[in-house]
Amino acid sequence: MRITQGTFSYLPDLTDEDITKQVAYVLDRGWPCSIEFTDDPHPRNSYWEMWGLPMFDLKDPAGVLLEINECRKTYPGHYIRLNAYDARYGRQTTALSFIVQRPAEEPGFRLDRTEVADRRVQYRTHPYALDRPQGERYAR
Amino acid sequence: MTDRLGFGMRPEANGAAEDEPQAPPPLPPDASVDLARERAESQVDDVLDALDTELVGLAPVKTRIREIAALLLIDRVRARFGIDSGRPNLHMSFTGSPGTGKTTVAVRLAELLHRLGYIRRGHLVSVTRDDLVGQYVGHTAPKTKEVLKRAMGGVLFIDEAYYLYRAENERDYGQEAIEILLQVMENQRDDLVVVLAGYKDRMDSFFSSNPGMSSRIAHHIDFPDYEPVELEAIGRLMMEREGYRLSDDAEPVFRDYLERRRVQPRFANARSVRNAIERARLRHANRLLATGAPVDRTALTTLHADDFLSSRVFTP
Repeated sequence: MRITQGTFSYLPDLTDEDITKQVAYVLDRGWPCSIEFTDDPHPRNSYWEMWGLPMFDLKDPAGVLLEINECRKTYPGHYIRLNAYDARYGRQTTALSFIVQRPAEEPGFRLDRTEVADRRVQYRTHPYALDRPQGERYAR
Repeated sequence: MTDRLGFGMRPEANGAAEDEPQAPPPLPPDASVDLARERAESQVDDVLDALDTELVGLAPVKTRIREIAALLLIDRVRARFGIDSGRPNLHMSFTGSPGTGKTTVAVRLAELLHRLGYIRRGHLVSVTRDDLVGQYVGHTAPKTKEVLKRAMGGVLFIDEAYYLYRAENERDYGQEAIEILLQVMENQRDDLVVVLAGYKDRMDSFFSSNPGMSSRIAHHIDFPDYEPVELEAIGRLMMEREGYRLSDDAEPVFRDYLERRRVQPRFANARSVRNAIERARLRHANRLLATGAPVDRTALTTLHADDFLSSRVFTP
């Protein structure tokens, strides 16, 4: 199951040219970019690992693409996303965040039901990928 | 990739996206292109003319930059005929004494290359050894990469580049920075232009100990020292820009000052001229205040002989 997180996630995967154009837009707005990766696809997993520090003072998308490709080389089977942070007062939040790499096979989730007191049922989503230890969750 | 079409937000796969300009088809072999118009459209003459009028002397530098501009312009026209000529290598080294305009030319060069479409942004990132080389093991690579990323799409200007290599200490981290630099200069030629600058003799020994660097640099440009006449012209240009002029009796004194200063140690060409004018401004201001008389526009803008004569240069 293809997970949908962040902007553009219902679209077909972005090509490097698409990413370059998005990054150019981001840099024109003056938002610094940062790259994060994870192999835990759970939707509530919002704190991904940082790939290096956020990149300030860049003028051209080539520098961001360079880091994305470095990260892809190191983690070929992980989710990688690009965040752009708008530091202006009144906003101060992530302005754009989208996935730039996903594993080839995404096994998806199952729904676990737990019966608790008074015949109530609690539900829990469980990503199949989490059945394996970190770092070995997706085929490379 | 799935075959889902994200809510129809994207045009059909076979339809070309409307907002992307299609590359025009190559011109037929018997077509001809008006070079003069091509030149006017690229607006490179603005930059070249500014280079000519605002920078005095430097004839070999200007010639080389004109040649580069011509090459890039012709390459653009060739591309319109569908002739693929590959991207020329434009990494450069600027050698010359201090104050001969290396940084100034680099700024102009960035602007020029941007107008000719060789680089995408046209900014100049000026760095020295401190910005590239780290202080402990593992610090250099991220630091150098960070600088390179900032310079992408523009020109990376490394001032006093020979400090990167310290022959006396082979465990110096400068070598690591050089290696990363070489790799990027080779693999990402599309993304940035590297300009190394420094004094002639020390750059020569830097290149002889780093042959890889020397061979990756296509243009070695030497900045000659300024002649006395050129120094005077530079001084005039600077004063004009700051709203000053020389009185009639000050002109020979200023010339004499430059002659004397030129042979003294630590003469830094245009930079020394600037400093001389700065000091003359101080004395000028002091003189006006000391007299206490009312001043008019002429008095406020005219530098007298005394303002230069009290300089250290004239006392033996």
